[in-house]
Amino acid sequence: MSEPAPRKPLLRRILTADDNLNRLILVSVAIFAAMVALNPDSFLTLRNFVSMSYSFPELGLLALGLALCMITGGIDLSVVGIANLTSVLAALLMVSLLGPDSPPAAVVPVLALAIAVALVTGVLAGWCNGMIVSRFRIHPVLVTLGTWQVFSGIAIILTKGYAVPGFPDAFLALGNGRFLGLPVPLYLFLAAAAVVALVLNRTRFGLSLFLIGTNETAARFAGIPVRSVLVRTYMSSGFLAALAGIIMIARTNQAKADYGESYILQAVLVNLLAGVRWSGGYGRVTGVLLAVVTLQMLSSGFNMMRFNNFARDFTWGVFLILIMVANHLFTERKRRRESAAATPRPAPTPNQETPSS
Amino acid sequence: MPPPQFLELDDIHKRFAGVHALRGVDLSIREGEVHCLAGENGSGKSTLIKVIAGVHPPEEGRVRIGGSDLDPVTPLESIRRGVQVIYQDFSLFPNLSVAENLALNNEVEQGRRIVRWSRIRATAREALARIRRELPLHRPVGELPVADRQLVAIARALLHDARLVIMDEPTTALTQREVENLFTVIENLRAEGIAILFVSHKLREVLRISERLTILRNGSKVAEGPTTDFDERSITEAMTGRSVRDEKFHYTAGPGARPPVLEVEGLGRPPAYRGVSFRVDPGEIVGITGLLGSGRTELALGLFGLLPAREGSVRLDGQPLRIRSVEEALAAGIAYVPEDRLTEGLFLEQSIHRNIIASILPELAGRFGFLDFARARREVEEWIRDFGIATPNAEVPAQSLSGGNQQRVLLARWLARTPRVLVLNGPTVGVDVGSKEAIHQRLRALAAEGMAVLLLSDDLPEVVSNCNRVLLLREGRLAAEFDESVTEETLNAHFAETAGTAGV
Repeated sequence: MSEPAPRKPLLRRILTADDNLNRLILVSVAIFAAMVALNPDSFLTLRNFVSMSYSFPELGLLALGLALCMITGGIDLSVVGIANLTSVLAALLMVSLLGPDSPPAAVVPVLALAIAVALVTGVLAGWCNGMIVSRFRIHPVLVTLGTWQVFSGIAIILTKGYAVPGFPDAFLALGNGRFLGLPVPLYLFLAAAAVVALVLNRTRFGLSLFLIGTNETAARFAGIPVRSVLVRTYMSSGFLAALAGIIMIARTNQAKADYGESYILQAVLVNLLAGVRWSGGYGRVTGVLLAVVTLQMLSSGFNMMRFNNFARDFTWGVFLILIMVANHLFTERKRRRESAAATPRPAPTPNQETPSS
Repeated sequence: MPPPQFLELDDIHKRFAGVHALRGVDLSIREGEVHCLAGENGSGKSTLIKVIAGVHPPEEGRVRIGGSDLDPVTPLESIRRGVQVIYQDFSLFPNLSVAENLALNNEVEQGRRIVRWSRIRATAREALARIRRELPLHRPVGELPVADRQLVAIARALLHDARLVIMDEPTTALTQREVENLFTVIENLRAEGIAILFVSHKLREVLRISERLTILRNGSKVAEGPTTDFDERSITEAMTGRSVRDEKFHYTAGPGARPPVLEVEGLGRPPAYRGVSFRVDPGEIVGITGLLGSGRTELALGLFGLLPAREGSVRLDGQPLRIRSVEEALAAGIAYVPEDRLTEGLFLEQSIHRNIIASILPELAGRFGFLDFARARREVEEWIRDFGIATPNAEVPAQSLSGGNQQRVLLARWLARTPRVLVLNGPTVGVDVGSKEAIHQRLRALAAEGMAVLLLSDDLPEVVSNCNRVLLLREGRLAAEFDESVTEETLNAHFAETAGTAGV
């Protein structure tokens, strides 16, 4: 801003004003460096980066939806369920309405229909979550744990547990295509992230999410329509999950009722790493973006090292717990520092250390 | 011969990261003396308590407890010599019973591994007997009213052979009658030779209960002496460092008959309140007072649409109005400053900016809900300047402000809507004298501009000096109405009557 800033140390000047984001940037750089060092030949290749940017958008979309809910102090564990239900519906529509020799003129309207049905179903599923959460005051963890089962259950009934394979090429392009050399899913994810960031930071709805997440009672007293905002939040999450579902089946060319169950843990992991506050009131899209990429680097790096595939869930779990403990320690330290400084907060001393190094 | 000094602080200095929080403070308390420590928020009261408790050892100065110096000053040594602090949150275990809360420390101290319930109950009973109160031993503490929780905390302090009990703002969450009860307990303790350090900025209470008093301002002692040497005005002036105007609010109806802003007819939401009728003319400040459970808060929530009334009617500027939701109340021009600043008002971790614009989001939102941030910033800057909110900038989180400044932020949030009717519920609870004065002046200015102000409060001096009419609620009904000649004594008499009929 315009006020004369005191001289800051170099790192301070490079980094942003947001401690959470700074920490994340340092973690990302560290993991990037580690992966380059461990896989000197394969990690720093164009091929690797292209392959990574095919796989993280689905997780990224799920994590974005989750982030919206977490900012209100809630959570949506049903995103994978929604993604599977909506993609199974889209797949069944495409497979039953189109044969291998359908004329191209017939393909496009069917694809549009399938995608529309998927997205609308996602929004409806989110509406169910939002209504239950906001009307019945049941904890979102329990609500969405339940609806997750319901949504995947419907998908299983519809498919009897079998995979639904075989989609038109035009559809597969959504998952495997390239545009200007970059994967199509990456564009979809970045577009969604940009919209979410804009909504969060610039609109009445977005600001309401933060206020509700900070203090729901005060939000009600301030005249914010809490229920309607919550319903719309879960609807947005459902929409993003459906979008993720479309990319998933377009990439794998088949829809399965139980695809990607481990995504939910990873989506939670992304948000915690991104610094989205579990109890609500804080979160940034930039953080989610950075966290998704970081996690993908970790995952790709492990793959290159022929890391035991059976140990993957174990690794994610350990990582999740480490991040939670680290977050806790950082908040504690911050609180201690602030309370030691007593009521009139002193200005930060010029040569203060940057957080973690 | 006066009893010996129990506590002597001599020239205490304490600094935090460059902030000189205590600048050479002296304080002495005799055995069995009720001593009051007064001062505005941020004057160093809490720091001084923590020095005595050994939490913050002083950098300079001497701490003498029970006749000898403490060197170093540690929490353990302070407790050993009989100092017990009752903080505002009481530090109790809400999920444990009264008996468990009382006996827990003893059990742990004695290194017991096996719990014998008869012993725990005996300890608890002994503790309560010392404050001559009875409480349900098996009830979880979290289910008790605040006043009873406080008694548990006091009783627990006594189990540690307390010689000096420090109470930090003990009356903040209490009703008038509970305060009386607390004072009786304090009298009993004094009779046993236990000294009390009573920290407060409620002047009436200070004058009533204490024998001596010490006043802090900006970390320095500015006055000390027997309480009889002081009155409300001199205490306030010592605390704020400036002379205070103490005028009563007078309402003069403007020329020509202006229609009432608010007319309430037979409003009710049984069993909380029923059959409530009154009117507020433009420029009036009408007080509504009543004991806890009188339906005061429910009535306010009814007018604000949070607990919509089920009977009766409301007219605003002559137009009939149905208030079924907060949105409807806001749209009609009714604003409500809630009772509990921390839980119902503020978004503590959010910026002052966001706290202020929270109520005007619809006005700031344009197409697709995009907010006009330039306008928001202008608006917020204006309020910060206008209210003299002490903050480096608007991006500071609300939790870093003092109580008085927080309350100003809340008031700004609601005034930003330019309401027709402003309903305030206990607007100066836990607010320092300077901010209190500023808030009262502001209310008068708003009334003068033609706003209708409804002031709900159980702070009788506040009601008496700021309202031109006072309504008294009792068990959900309007029990009496007073004009501006009302005095505290009259209101107190009516309260006593209420207490008599209510039984309990």
